[in-house]
Amino acid sequence: MVNFEPSEDQQLVRDTVASFAREQIRPAARAADESGEVPEALVQQAWELGLVQSAVPEAFGGYGDTRSAVTSALVCEELAWGDLSIALHVLAPRLATYPVIELGSAAQQQQVLPAYTGERFVAAAAALTEPSFNFDLNECATTAARRNGSIVLNGAKCYVPLAAEAQHTLVYAHGEQGLGAYIVPRDTPGLAVVGREQNMGLKGLATYELQFNDCAVPAENALQGDLRPVLNRMRIASAALAVGVARAASEYAREYAKERKAFGVFIAQKQAIAFMLAEMAIEIDAARLLTWEAAWKLDRGEDATREACLAKRYAATTALKVADNAVQVLGGHGYIRDHLVELFLRNARAFGVLDGLAIA
Amino acid sequence: MIDFELSPAVENARQMIHMMAEQTMRPISREYDEREHEDPTDWHQLMWTMSSQSPVSFGGSKGDKKQGPSEKNLTSCVSIEELSWGDAGLYLSIPNAGLGGAAVAAAGTPEQRTRFLKRFAEGAPKWAGMAITEPGAGSDSAAITSTATRDGDEWVLNGTKIYCTSGHRALEKSEGFVVVWATVDKSAGRNGIKAFVVEHGTPGATVIRVEDKMGIRASDTAAIVFENCRIPFDNLLGNPEVKAQGSEGFKGVMATFDATRPAVAASAIGIGRAAVDFVRDALAKAGVEIRYEAPMHKLTVLERDFMDMEANLQAARLLTWRAAWMMDRGMVNNLEASMCKAKAGLSVTLVTQKAVEILGPLGYSRKLLVEKWMRDAKINDIFEGTQQINLMIVARRILGYSNKDLN
Repeated sequence: MVNFEPSEDQQLVRDTVASFAREQIRPAARAADESGEVPEALVQQAWELGLVQSAVPEAFGGYGDTRSAVTSALVCEELAWGDLSIALHVLAPRLATYPVIELGSAAQQQQVLPAYTGERFVAAAAALTEPSFNFDLNECATTAARRNGSIVLNGAKCYVPLAAEAQHTLVYAHGEQGLGAYIVPRDTPGLAVVGREQNMGLKGLATYELQFNDCAVPAENALQGDLRPVLNRMRIASAALAVGVARAASEYAREYAKERKAFGVFIAQKQAIAFMLAEMAIEIDAARLLTWEAAWKLDRGEDATREACLAKRYAATTALKVADNAVQVLGGHGYIRDHLVELFLRNARAFGVLDGLAIA
Repeated sequence: MIDFELSPAVENARQMIHMMAEQTMRPISREYDEREHEDPTDWHQLMWTMSSQSPVSFGGSKGDKKQGPSEKNLTSCVSIEELSWGDAGLYLSIPNAGLGGAAVAAAGTPEQRTRFLKRFAEGAPKWAGMAITEPGAGSDSAAITSTATRDGDEWVLNGTKIYCTSGHRALEKSEGFVVVWATVDKSAGRNGIKAFVVEHGTPGATVIRVEDKMGIRASDTAAIVFENCRIPFDNLLGNPEVKAQGSEGFKGVMATFDATRPAVAASAIGIGRAAVDFVRDALAKAGVEIRYEAPMHKLTVLERDFMDMEANLQAARLLTWRAAWMMDRGMVNNLEASMCKAKAGLSVTLVTQKAVEILGPLGYSRKLLVEKWMRDAKINDIFEGTQQINLMIVARRILGYSNKDLN
């Protein structure tokens, strides 16, 4: 039966994360962008919310909570509303834990998961994007070859979050059966963290370029099974995060337009501005509902590929358009770094360009 | 709990109506686009019979407002989508209480509801229209100049109304009625505006023209002149008092938009789906695959366009379902109703235009229905509040502004 209301549990989770985003993340957003760092204390506070541990089965020290993609979408939107860089930082360990929870063997789960259920934040990452304009995940240039009971990785990856500290990096590469995902522990010989990337946005998030030169991991480190649900979870996360950024930008512009006067009235009273704000509200709700629907379908165990791809594409377009219009509403003030809308616009451009930065 | 699956009851209704649309509407769709102003009499009789026997509302309100949380409005939207997938013009021409009936249900007394609405459950097919728009007053419905003057036990109506859907069928082709908006006191502005029921065959009410339109040609759009048209005093809906603050009549009728806007959005979506379904089939037959997962540099323009059509259509549908779901729960949905109407009207206008483009010479030809869907779609961006009027309402709601703050 059609229903647009999150469950009580989901609302509780959403409210908790929303307060955290409002009280802790948002006030730190500008400083993170300027300094290129997320304060350790903030990361630790976010860790204590259980964003990573909650989905880990109790056998490995986690809470064994829901792995609902709908719940994750709610969480992602709220975190990204606070700040996208900080959201991606605190969510990064899930890039390794979620696929292992979903697809990993008992041995793989034992190998990876206990590291992420302790008292302190532990970094992990996924290496998916490659540094070329014509990157196609299904035809990765990074290869995984079987040699003497090992998997040998060769190639280059970019936009790998927190790679310098990551205890495990899940590397997506082209293997014998096409696209595969491989658990690569920290300090594996042949894995080189080339350097921190300097980007237009997401400046608070430390991302790195990685190189794999005959980087060998045991054959048992290959995840088995259908990767589609994992990729769809990444798409759903991307869509939900985009909705969060769009909402942040639209709310900022709305508040500004209600306080700024021109020609004797508040600019929100001018149709040119009011209509932009109305369109933002409609498109954000539209993108959110498409995201929820894709997540709902995935939670039912159905193939949500089409819905997830469409939601991701729609939300990415929406985030960029809304953030751009938010800057426009503030005019010259929007271009000055005193206001957050220029940051929202730079961050919004990441959607549709960068993949594999988060998983729902 | 978030859920996008239709309940078995709604899904069954959807399938039944889809079959009916496919079997009885599509075969006559082109015919009644070309035979504008003619009546598909057999089909109207079929609809009349079916709607009186079916638990499913065929669009118009039946006037029974007293219901708790239900799926009434959602069912209605899902049904309207299927009917409009069949043919949006025919859907609008279905004999039922329609917009006029909705106004009676919203603003009428119990006695008025019985007197005016009982007829839709018996006898021959009937229609009811709503006459608001005038040559000089469209979206600004408070600016109407038609007058109602009291004369003893009667109201005397004078003025000209246009764009009255089913007005001709309501007044001259069946035992129906038209709800007419007129002012009883011009100096009182919108507070002076009241709604009056004018019965079929009332002397002084004349259909002077049935419009020739770009699309939805099976639906009659009447221009009506009221010249010293006398109606009983108790044909005024609601309270005759002109109050300084608020007017139940005007507000009551405006409130019906919260139900009718999702219905219009649903109709738009039905037309859009017809076009998207057609393009999907045509592409599949030509061996063109839509690669949803393909990276940017591999997607063709056609794939991008098609994905945008699908996403926009689905986004509009979900916004519409949400507005209907809120009504079913008794929640205020004024904002969401305008959101879905603005989104669906624009999206479907663009989606159907893109469908013609993708199909090229085939799309433009009257051999297929695609060009008709493009013509039919556009009205949804206009009636029941233009896209811009709905954006204005959305803006007022999200900003907490009154009509005075933002106009």
